[in-house]
Order: sequence, then C-alpha cells, then structure tokens
Amino acid sequence: MPLLESPLDPRNAVHREIIAAGEPWMGTVAQGQHLRIVDLEGNQAVDTLFYRAGTLEERYSAQDTIRAQGNIYLTTGTALRSNEGSTMLTIVADTCGRHDTLGGACSAESNTVRYALEKRQMHSCRDNFLVALARWGARHDCAFSKRDLSSNINFFMNVPVTPDGKLSFADGISGAGRYVEMRAAMDVTVLISNCPQLNNPCNAYNPTPVEVLLWDAPGTTLK
Amino acid sequence: MRVMDVAGGGNIAMLLYNYDDRLERYNMPDTLKAQHTAYLTRGCVCYSDMGRVLCSITDDTCGWHDTLCGVTHADEVSEKFGAGRFQEKRNAYYKNGYESLLVELGKYGLGKRDLMANVNLFSKVTATDSGELQFHSGFSKPGAYIDLRFEMNTLVVLASCQHPLDPDTTYAPREARLTAWHSRPAPRNDPCRTRCAENERGFRNTEVWFR
Repeated sequence: MPLLESPLDPRNAVHREIIAAGEPWMGTVAQGQHLRIVDLEGNQAVDTLFYRAGTLEERYSAQDTIRAQGNIYLTTGTALRSNEGSTMLTIVADTCGRHDTLGGACSAESNTVRYALEKRQMHSCRDNFLVALARWGARHDCAFSKRDLSSNINFFMNVPVTPDGKLSFADGISGAGRYVEMRAAMDVTVLISNCPQLNNPCNAYNPTPVEVLLWDAPGTTLK
Repeated sequence: MRVMDVAGGGNIAMLLYNYDDRLERYNMPDTLKAQHTAYLTRGCVCYSDMGRVLCSITDDTCGWHDTLCGVTHADEVSEKFGAGRFQEKRNAYYKNGYESLLVELGKYGLGKRDLMANVNLFSKVTATDSGELQFHSGFSKPGAYIDLRFEMNTLVVLASCQHPLDPDTTYAPREARLTAWHSRPAPRNDPCRTRCAENERGFRNTEVWFR
C-alpha cells in the first residue's frame, strides 16, 4: 500500500484538538481547509460521518464512494462522495495505507448481536454520534434522529474482504503517529466517534486518544 | 416472498424498514459484520440497525447478491445511456435507482435521510485482494430466485434499475416477479438462525420485539 506524507506543518495548524478515547467530536471544515486525523497511539478506530454544512439531507455515502472509485478501500486519492454524488472531501495524504467504510459503527444493539446480549449497556459509537448530534442540534435548532446515521468511515481500521466475499475484522495496520489528511471540497460538518469498543481485538481492547488538526488552504482567506 | 429474475441478468435494488416503526431499517454494516460476509445468499439474514432480523434468505438459486455498490444517480444514467426524457420516450423514459427509491419512500413518509445503503438482488460484484470491484456480467440466470422469509412486519422498497456497474450500454431494466406466501416463524433448528451465534442472538432480539 503506497503511503503519502503531507507537506503541512502541525505548527501552522489553525486548530488542534485531542479527542479522548471513547469521546465524540463534531466540527466544521471550510471548503479548501485540510483536516488531519492522527492515530496517536496506534490501531484506534475513528468512526466518521460528514454532512454538507447546514443540512443533514446531503451526507457521506459509503456506497457512492466505493462505486465511484471502483475500490472498497479508502486511501490517498479517494474522493469521499455524498448521497447526491458530490465530492465532499478528498484524501490527500495517508501514512496508514487504507481505511474501512464497510464495517459501520458499533451500537448498543449491534453489540448484543455481535458479542453477547449482556453487552447492551456498554458505550458505543452510535451512542456517541447521537449525543454529539444532540449537542449540535440544540445549538443549530435542527431536529436530527437516528436516520441521520448512515454507513460511516472507520479511519485506521482494517476490514479486508476476500475475493470469495468473506469479510473479517483483521489486526490493524495502523501505528502510533500515523495519520490521514483530507482537503474539503465543500463546507462540511464532521461527526466523529473515537470508538469506545472494548470487545474487539482490532484495537487490542484498548481505545486510545486521537488528534484532529485543521489548516487553512494556502492562498485562501479565512471564513 | 419470492423475487424472481424472470429474464436473467436483472438487478433489483432493495431497502427494508420495520413497518411498525420506520425509523428502524436494514443496516448494511450490521448485516455484513454479524455474519462475516460481504454478500448475501441462502442462510444469511438482513439485520436492522436495532439488532433485529427483518428477513431471512431461506432459498437462493442465484448465489450472490451485492451489498456494496448502491444505485445509479441521474447523471450516471444519462452518461451511460444518453438522454431519455419522458417528452420523447413517454413511459419508456430512463429512470435512475436513487430517485426511483425516493419516489417509493416518499409514499410512506420517508425521504433522503432515510435512504440507506441498499442490497442489489441478482448482481454479483467481487473485490480483488487490493479491493478493486469486479462486476460479473450475466451472473443471474433466467428464472433465478431468492426467497425472503420476513421475521418482522416489513416495508419492502424495490427498484428494478440496472446495476450501476453493469457495463451494458442499453437501457433495459429487467422485470422481476414477486410471489408471496404465508409462512410460520422460524423453528429452533432453522438454518438461518443456526448459521452463527450472532444470528441466534438476532432472532432472540426479534422475538422480544413481538413479545
């Protein structure tokens, strides 16, 4: 898998923020800005959804993204597409190699299916998404619901599909300090759950913090 | 319900919703990861986002149903097939999968925010080791069918538009024949239920909903 470093210097970032293990994060990235997500300690899953800023009607679509590029894995060069067929962001640098968009986000309900009926009360990504949307919806006078949680991206997660159609959650290929960087093609709202899953060996049963960084595009004015 | 690809080479986009609570719907990732599969065939079930089983695939003479590729948009249809307006074509006008599903969803109070990742019945798309998608032309033979046994009251939304990766440049959606029977709940030893421990738990969750 080809890896590509970004020329951007973290010292010039306009925003840096650590997302603690198991926490949600929501923010807006302006058209032209670069968003980097850093897997600080390695093998963390960063469940991520994107919406066109100001609406919940247009959002990231896993199926449109993989169909448009003819490949199921996300890496440098991938255009992250919306349900309306627009490019929302493009991956411009990737030191991990590939990212998943088939595995979805864990939930209280899917935990009962995947692990045990008694796991329902454990923290999950879809609970994180809903609490982040609740805080954001209250600020933006916007009614949201579970319908707004479509199939997401799992940055740094390795979910290989074999040619005969088997799907597995394999050991991660990420490591401490690896990152993925995207340039926004439109103003987007970013919804992240820094995955709190404690039942899956893909993160060594140990959720860890990640960092998000934002840069203004060279030569553009601040919004 | 049996869905039959009468002429072969067809494609039926399918979405599923709990009829009694439409906020609950088919969830592609939950379906795939619970059963460690990237495609659907006999023995698989379709999961809702609430950990319940909407339907089971009790029979399948086709062998592979695509879960990954979604539906065509208007621009993809006009790029591939050319313009196909109603004004010239009348009711043979070119439809696209996305808007066809939206039309049906709209009749049940649902819209864009409810349009989730769909299944494409009768289409086989595999991924190479490096992840490249490969569409298998003419995979579904004439008369191929899939039998779905519904474990919940389900709103089934179908569109017969061609698969977005089908290289055929002739606009020619194929018809599907639907046949429905009454059926009993899945027995304890049902092959879909006993396929894996995950499905046992999915059926348990479903029974609790109807208790």
